[in-house]
Amino acid sequence: MAQKRVSLFVTCLVDQFYPEVGEATVRLLRHLGVEVDFPADQTCCGQVALNGGYRSHATAVAKRFVEVFRGSEAIVAPSGSCVATIHAHYGDLLRGYPELAEEVASLQARTYELSQYLVDVLGVENVGARLPSPARVTYHDCCHALRDLGVGAQPRRLLSAVDGAELTEMKDSASCCGFGGTFSVKFADISSAILREKLHNVEATGADVLTAVDSSCLMHMGGALRRQGSRTRPMHIAELLCEGIEGERA
Amino acid sequence: MTDVLSAHFKEQAAEAIGNATIQESLDRLVNFRQGRVDAIAEYGQERWDALSQSAREIKRETLEHLDYYLDELSRNVERAGGHVFFARDAAEANEYVAKVAADNGVKTVTKSKSMVSEEMGIADVLESMGIEPVETDLGEYIIQLAREAPYHIIAPALHKSKEEVSELFERILGTPAESDITALAGVARKVLREKFLEADMGMTGANFGVSETGTIVMVTNEGNGRMCSSLPRVHVATMGMERVIPRLRDVATYLPLLTRSATGQRISSYVSFVTGPRRSDEEDGPQEFHLVILDNGRSRMLADPELREALYCIRCGACLNACPVYGKVGGHAYGWVYPGPIGAVVTPSLVGVPKAKDLPFASTLCGACRDVCPLKIDIPRMLLKLRSDAVEGPAETRVPRRVESLMMRAWRRTVAGPRLFSLAGKVTSAAQWPLSRRGSLRWLPPPLSGWTRTRDFPRAAMRPFRARWRKDEGNRGG
Repeated sequence: MAQKRVSLFVTCLVDQFYPEVGEATVRLLRHLGVEVDFPADQTCCGQVALNGGYRSHATAVAKRFVEVFRGSEAIVAPSGSCVATIHAHYGDLLRGYPELAEEVASLQARTYELSQYLVDVLGVENVGARLPSPARVTYHDCCHALRDLGVGAQPRRLLSAVDGAELTEMKDSASCCGFGGTFSVKFADISSAILREKLHNVEATGADVLTAVDSSCLMHMGGALRRQGSRTRPMHIAELLCEGIEGERA
Repeated sequence: MTDVLSAHFKEQAAEAIGNATIQESLDRLVNFRQGRVDAIAEYGQERWDALSQSAREIKRETLEHLDYYLDELSRNVERAGGHVFFARDAAEANEYVAKVAADNGVKTVTKSKSMVSEEMGIADVLESMGIEPVETDLGEYIIQLAREAPYHIIAPALHKSKEEVSELFERILGTPAESDITALAGVARKVLREKFLEADMGMTGANFGVSETGTIVMVTNEGNGRMCSSLPRVHVATMGMERVIPRLRDVATYLPLLTRSATGQRISSYVSFVTGPRRSDEEDGPQEFHLVILDNGRSRMLADPELREALYCIRCGACLNACPVYGKVGGHAYGWVYPGPIGAVVTPSLVGVPKAKDLPFASTLCGACRDVCPLKIDIPRMLLKLRSDAVEGPAETRVPRRVESLMMRAWRRTVAGPRLFSLAGKVTSAAQWPLSRRGSLRWLPPPLSGWTRTRDFPRAAMRPFRARWRKDEGNRGG
């Protein structure tokens, strides 16, 4: 098999708030024999502006994204939501640039959420991870990963193969955690009410670890778990899959 | 037109969240959800998807040539002896119905459930003329007695517990307290039976208007639609102009999609087909039949390629049942006739974004509504479009938001290159330092205070990923 090369799109949230998720992603990919580079000009996919109604800003950022990742063979991000923005919305956003249409289509076809890349492209299900001590793990389906990208089976396959992880399904794993970007601040009461129900389902599993493919959802659910002093710990799937594997640091 | 209270979405939502009875009733939505899932499983997913695809195709074609099909519908209703009135807005529709009632010396009107009649606010108009409008769908009857708006497209009194209904009947009808639901329905049935016999005019909605035959189709579970359309002297049906379908056989496409999505039923208890008034050789049925076809902003949606598909909606209510927001705030929060995800699209589209400025934003964009929609309407995408109308659209749709737009402009400059982006990260991290305890923040100032009321917020990393990458770049290998 030819050497796989990917460009990491680390996402603005992971870059600034959860750099260890970015490091885990790199470590994991290298452990699986993939060459990883990091286009240093990258910033954000534009989802914040798009969801806020600032389409013109989102368009400018999307256009920039296309340019920054122009030379990349494949693009991998530890986020379903950011990848979904590219897949589901760049076509709309960049409609005013017909000269980019082909490039946008090609960009969409080679941009992957991490678990999607591992399972669908590399064909890997067991990455060789081993937890330091056995733990019960529950998986939250992030809305955009599941509904825009069809990512649901891939993370579960990867998690099932982790030594020491007991994957336990929660009730309504596909129901939203109530984050929704600025929704969580603009409509904090509603967001919190949705979150309360979600966490009830998380905790009912007795899980030690709550995992997902998006740091944003985990930030939301994890922030409340922490506030409540819960024993369930949020952990991005990249970090979980990195447990116990040999590999270089990013 | 029914008053638009959507500007008070936040207060109305907070009220619902704080009301234990309402939360309990919203928990019952799970039955609708499960019913739908089971009904589709029984039907077969592949068959279901194919049916859904045909339904989209028919809608696409019909809306493409809406003028043609409405004209055909109108001609065929008239051929069957009925009258057709095209109303540009609710006021015109009300005026027409009021005139029909006045011309016929009507004293009592029995109504079956119709969202369009709610949109018009016809009950108030009739009442102001000294005519008694009586809702005959049990749920609608309950909320009429309570003087409230429908809570859910197909379950208007979803939010009422049986205790509340018993109290309501006791207070208004003077009937003894009753804790058994069947007995409560019996109370209403007794009252309504009298009204059915006494009514001079019946009003119904129309789930479909079949243009090739001039037939309106009503889908009900209580049989009240058939009573309203057959007992009184005059029958007035109201329908949104998008509800026309070309052929009688198209009903077979939409009916299973509607009932299975709505309640999980294979078919509703009653499906009534009405073509014109009573014929000369018939003994039963009304002497007059009127069909009021309402625009009320629908042409504007039709003209907008990004909103047009919202007119595919068959009002099954599945998106309400699936929506995490509706599941917490309920129907009244949305402040008009159509609640939930489809309401968040339809309300601003029909009444104007500024009057319903919160609705397009009151969604996590999770996409559950699109998943369950039998017509696969991409509601989240439409919400994004309405958001951009509110932020960047023409003056008539724009809602001023000065501070936010300044922040967004700053954000755009920040993400325009890695240098400013890194700097912003450092500034954030430094600013958060005094507020943070063990890597997270328990309090943030407005506008972020809403987050920290229930959730800790993470502290920005001292060394972001890009700084770490730069340092170890030389180590990379395959």
